[in-house]
Amino acid sequence: MEQYYSYKIQIISIIVSMGFLFYVSRLIIKGKLREEYAIFWVISTILLIIFSFWREGLDIIAKAVGVYLAPNLVFTSAIFAILIYLLHLSIVVSQLHDKNKTLTQDLALFKEKINKLEEKLENK
Amino acid sequence: MQSKPIKLAVIIPAYNEQDSIAMVVNEINAISISNTEITAIVINDCSSDNTYEKVSILDCVLINLSVNLGIGGAVQTGYRYAYDNDFDYAIQVDGDGQHPANEIPKLLNEAITNNINVVIGSRFINNQGFQSSGMRRLGIGFLNKWIKLFTGLNIQDNTSGFRLFDRKVIEIVQTNYPDEYPEPESLILFAKKGFSIKEVAVEMKERQGGESSIRNFDQLYYMIKVSIAIFYTFIKTNR
Repeated sequence: MEQYYSYKIQIISIIVSMGFLFYVSRLIIKGKLREEYAIFWVISTILLIIFSFWREGLDIIAKAVGVYLAPNLVFTSAIFAILIYLLHLSIVVSQLHDKNKTLTQDLALFKEKINKLEEKLENK
Repeated sequence: MQSKPIKLAVIIPAYNEQDSIAMVVNEINAISISNTEITAIVINDCSSDNTYEKVSILDCVLINLSVNLGIGGAVQTGYRYAYDNDFDYAIQVDGDGQHPANEIPKLLNEAITNNINVVIGSRFINNQGFQSSGMRRLGIGFLNKWIKLFTGLNIQDNTSGFRLFDRKVIEIVQTNYPDEYPEPESLILFAKKGFSIKEVAVEMKERQGGESSIRNFDQLYYMIKVSIAIFYTFIKTNR
């Protein structure tokens, strides 16, 4: 069981996930990524890092939930997490859409009001 | 009873309608109904052509959206204006010249005399005038069945945007109106809110310029989106 991963891939995955965590942190610090959307990325990167160090962990969890091949557990949970996150993004977009609509309408109505007031002032 | 005139808002959503908009507004300004004050309100939905320039010299209220909101969002801006400025009735007339302005008195009369909340100008009652293409009529027929299933109402011309609302309806739609393809979807909302809906026969013209908000490629998307929206509007709307 122990033999199907080598140290090479372990080192690569540690480097990649550390790099990813660093990049996400940089985005947050620079203000390009809001914290509420960053939570998902930070947590998933931390999970990646944990499992790149603790290799047996995957096998233990896979066995515990009754999955024969540990990679299948990784794929299933990753796809599930991605789906949920996409749904979350759709919700965010919908909210932005609504807010944008209200703002545009308010702006247009105010502009009309200002024009009318200006005309009234000129005619005085 | 002659004291207070009825205020009627004619809401004209316009997106790239430079060829037809002046004619539409002039037609509306030419109507006179006794004891009624008619105001044309053009909502320029961020047109990229000369719609704004064409309208700004006309005698009407011009509301200029800085971002394109689509037909529903544009018309809703008009309803918000009508609500804020104490209009009693509001009617939507498309900027492409499809809706006959001379039929407005007929719709208003229907609303006042029979105390109807929503009056729809329908192409299909007498089957006169422009009748739309075969495919589109098939779609309208399907939506008719679908709306009937949820509301029990038989509304022939469910995609007609030529509709008159009284103040009670304006109050609802100014806060709650679908963005995309609002016509069939809003019928469920009205039925659920207990408004009376009536169709009146009108003769529509073929569009005088511009493009339909429903283009050919989008027809399937339109049907699916509207059908789903009708279902969810039915579930979520409380009386």
